[in-house]
Amino acid sequence: MREELKRDENVVIMGEEVAQFNGAYKITEGLLKEFGPKRVVDTPISEAGFIGLGIGASMLGIRPVMELMFWSFSYVAFDQIVNNAGNIRYMSGGLINCPIVIRGPANGGTNVGATHSHTPEAILASHPGIKVVCPATPYDAKGLLKAAIRDNDPVYVMENTILYNDKGEVPDEDYIVPIGVADIKREGTDLTIVAHGRAVITSLKAAEILEKEHGVSVEVIDLRSIRPLDEETILASVRKTHRALLVEENKPFCGVDAQVAYLIQARAFDELDAPIGRVSSIDAPQIYSKKLEDLQLPYPARVVEAALKVLA
Amino acid sequence: MAEIIDMPKLSDTMSVGTLVKWNIKEGQVVAFGDILAEIETDKATMELSCTVPGTILKIYAPAGSQLPVGDPICAIGKKDEKAPDPKAKAAPAKSAPAIPESTGIPCIPEAPKSSHSPAPAQTDGSRTKISPYAKRMAEKAAINAASLSGTGPGGRIVARDVVAAGSAPVAPAAPSGPVNVAVTPPADGKGIQADADQPVSGMRATIARRLVESKNTVPHFYLEVEVDAAPLLAMRETLNKRLAEAGGESALKLSVNDFILKASAEALRKIPAVNASWAGTSIRQHSAVHLAFGVALEDGLVTPVIRDAHSKSLKEIALDAKALISKARAKKLSPAEMSGSTFTVTNLGMYGVTGFFGIINTPNAAILSVGATIKKPVVDASDRIVMGQRMIIGLSGDHRVVDGANGAQFLQALKQVLEAPTSILI
Amino acid sequence: MAKPAVITHPESLKNPAGPSEYSKHPVNSSLTKEAKIALYTKMARIRHFEQRCIRVYQQGKIGGFLHLYVGQEAVAAGTISLLGKHDHIITGYRDHGHGLMVGMGMKECMAELTGKVTGCSKGKGGSMHYFAPDKNYWGGHGIVGGQAPLGTGLAYAVKYRGEKGSCFTYMGDGAVNQGAVHEAYNLAALWDLPVVFVVENNGYSMGTSQERSTAHPGCLAKRAEGYNMAWDVINGHDVYEVRAKTAAALKRAHEESKPTVLEIFTYRYFGHSMADPDKTYRDKEEIKEYRDKKDPVFLFEKELLAEKVLTPELVESINAAAMEEADAAAAFADESPEPTQADITKHIYWEEDNRSKNSTSSGTIIFE
Repeated sequence: MREELKRDENVVIMGEEVAQFNGAYKITEGLLKEFGPKRVVDTPISEAGFIGLGIGASMLGIRPVMELMFWSFSYVAFDQIVNNAGNIRYMSGGLINCPIVIRGPANGGTNVGATHSHTPEAILASHPGIKVVCPATPYDAKGLLKAAIRDNDPVYVMENTILYNDKGEVPDEDYIVPIGVADIKREGTDLTIVAHGRAVITSLKAAEILEKEHGVSVEVIDLRSIRPLDEETILASVRKTHRALLVEENKPFCGVDAQVAYLIQARAFDELDAPIGRVSSIDAPQIYSKKLEDLQLPYPARVVEAALKVLA
Repeated sequence: MAEIIDMPKLSDTMSVGTLVKWNIKEGQVVAFGDILAEIETDKATMELSCTVPGTILKIYAPAGSQLPVGDPICAIGKKDEKAPDPKAKAAPAKSAPAIPESTGIPCIPEAPKSSHSPAPAQTDGSRTKISPYAKRMAEKAAINAASLSGTGPGGRIVARDVVAAGSAPVAPAAPSGPVNVAVTPPADGKGIQADADQPVSGMRATIARRLVESKNTVPHFYLEVEVDAAPLLAMRETLNKRLAEAGGESALKLSVNDFILKASAEALRKIPAVNASWAGTSIRQHSAVHLAFGVALEDGLVTPVIRDAHSKSLKEIALDAKALISKARAKKLSPAEMSGSTFTVTNLGMYGVTGFFGIINTPNAAILSVGATIKKPVVDASDRIVMGQRMIIGLSGDHRVVDGANGAQFLQALKQVLEAPTSILI
Repeated sequence: MAKPAVITHPESLKNPAGPSEYSKHPVNSSLTKEAKIALYTKMARIRHFEQRCIRVYQQGKIGGFLHLYVGQEAVAAGTISLLGKHDHIITGYRDHGHGLMVGMGMKECMAELTGKVTGCSKGKGGSMHYFAPDKNYWGGHGIVGGQAPLGTGLAYAVKYRGEKGSCFTYMGDGAVNQGAVHEAYNLAALWDLPVVFVVENNGYSMGTSQERSTAHPGCLAKRAEGYNMAWDVINGHDVYEVRAKTAAALKRAHEESKPTVLEIFTYRYFGHSMADPDKTYRDKEEIKEYRDKKDPVFLFEKELLAEKVLTPELVESINAAAMEEADAAAAFADESPEPTQADITKHIYWEEDNRSKNSTSSGTIIFE
């Protein structure tokens, strides 16, 4: 964000506690000090208001990067996020565009209960006019956010509070991760795992176990971008391994993996040596109890079990 | 200009309306906003207000009529103007891309019966469970999927099962499917023997020597022709019937080979260049056609010779052949009967061999190799596909004596005779 | 059937039709004769366009919704006639009047209603979604009150860029109870944004009068005090008054960058939309009362005739020309082609419509 604030004077960071408090999760720490209150703006608790404001400003060329403390709060501003940001270009016949970014944590696993643990990437991605990205590593997080800020369409970035603590190599020089390109995080030959967000990390752990204890070579694809979707990388991998397991932290019904499963069976049917497997969160509102929440989300052993079933 | 007022669309779901009451009369002058009528819709009774100021020229729909949206109800225009004909309505605006009634895709054709992959076998009355990928692999490897047993969940056949089947030359040992495809035993019917050295007989040694000499010294070239055997077979049937009627049980039966021998003789008469021998510094042209033909015996092949075939009739050739064959089987052929041929005919059609090229029986200039008659689809003179009976005949030629053109002409002549066999009778 | 509640607009019905108190206000007296005629012409054009739409709708050529502005012309005309280069406009779905006022053409507007590709939104928006960004007009929005935060954002951008401008954010009296509007009020006042919230109070939110919908009826603008904002009420039947009182709000926006809430009393003669048989919530007598005594177009016509700016002949010709223009627009809409199937998936993403070798967005973005 610092780099993009420097690069383009129209970029404005906006959200609750982003300025003086240095960010609820410290993502915007130090930015107010460096760039001042015009570029880094604290908003009242008023999601529909400030997100709508950001969208309105973007029609005139401002590039707001709006933080949602939790993506769960997006539902309060759903009309603005979906109806305005997503539709204005289309309803005007292409005369207008809304180059906004909305970013924030979209995850469970932190014991914060059902109303603060949503992962709405599938719901948002079902609306044409919107883009949704989901980084799993520090490198991808920085690169995707920069790409999102420069993109001239609404891009919604799904982050994860647990992953905020992960460390990884990040280049100093300017770079972006292009939107719509998946990344093969681990190459393999026997099974393709497709995942996004924290499920990628979980799947990589499961892949290790599968290799060491079961002699299976697993390929893990990190989608990185939900809409647009890198269909070719997924299909190429399935053509190679002939078996697919989809892993997500979404709940089962019409999660991202429902779309990926359709894609694979529609375009790589004859490559499949087994039905497509899927591991989603257990289908219930996010439970509070810590031990049980860890069971509700996909964890490595469950992914291993599902993988073995696909490999049977 | 007069305007026709239609039954208005007064709500987004309205499709018909009832004209309950007219508030105006023909001839009345109306202004914008005046209430013309009361119309009952699916939702409520609404007032129709005037949107075209002028004079009511004509009322088309009397009070009480129920009309679909869009039907004319009245006309408004200038005073004394003639009311327009309600049926002459302007053509509707260009319609939107109509939602196609059908997608233009023809009805799903009957699944073409693939000539390669057999239909999945009905095991226990249920379908063969096989993954799409394994099915594709099996088709490519020409393995009958139904013969495989699956090691996947629920007995599903998966890729590794097809791989396992392909690497074994015979079908894998499995509960289902044939256990062992028997290896075709050699012609003696004895099955595979244990290791042993069999001393070579004189005849075999001679054959071996001559074949080696031929293969090593004669520059062989090969031509092939496909002959429509239907006329020949028809004629054979007819003639054999005639012979049977005349001669009863012991009547001569003409074989296909008899016809070929006769036809070869005829073709050699037409293309005598093939009836010759390499003599080192010269080529000896033979005046007569002495036809050798192959007879398979237990320990080898003999080639008895029909002398002067060029002057013999089909019947004579057939009788000669019959006699020579029985002598050959009885091992009573004389040396004179086994040598002096100018041309050789061999036939493996009775074994199902569809086509082959023999090794020249030196000093012949060529050897004719006859394959089996096969039923197959062929293209007829009107470019239609019909059922045909075809025989493939090969010619191995000594290129020192016979060149391509001669060989081809010979085969052409042979084909002509065989396809119009009545010429043999002349 | 119970008698429908009659709305009370204490201000609006007070003054009978007479010369406007505001004709001498500098913002009006400084208008040239031509400018006054032009203003009247624009009001007449709105009226005739809207009335011509009724016919087209009844012929079944307009699908969906049609919210007519007839009776409210002075609000759009009075406010928009004051605006300059850095002033922007956004409104709800009763947006035809605003569109014509900023200079959109009748042809493209009519074609949009009939869903043709020659429409101002290429047939993709419809009646509720007229846009003209080159004329500072940002729509045309369907969700009640949803445009309030957007308008606040446009004002934010104007201020951010250091321009002396404003954003006029129009809404109906029914929108003032929407949460998004309250959030927009708060942000505008908190951050000193140059927004002018224009509440076009025509007395009814669809079929519900104010008494039945608003806990503090009688004056909707007064709640601006709860947000520390300036506010005013205006008689929307008098275009001179609209101009005079709006000028103050515009000045506050330009010079102090502070917001205002204006409540403009007005009236619509037709139902909420074409599908609304408005008999269930108001009397015909009420409509007639407004038409006879408070019609803004007619009142302005009388005003200008009295000022000798207009003549009866000129009035006649202006109205005839407007009607003709509307007829021509309807014919244009009729003859225009529809969009094609390929058009359905265009104009969804800027990056897709403007692909270049430098595009950093790829992958499948429209699915089958």
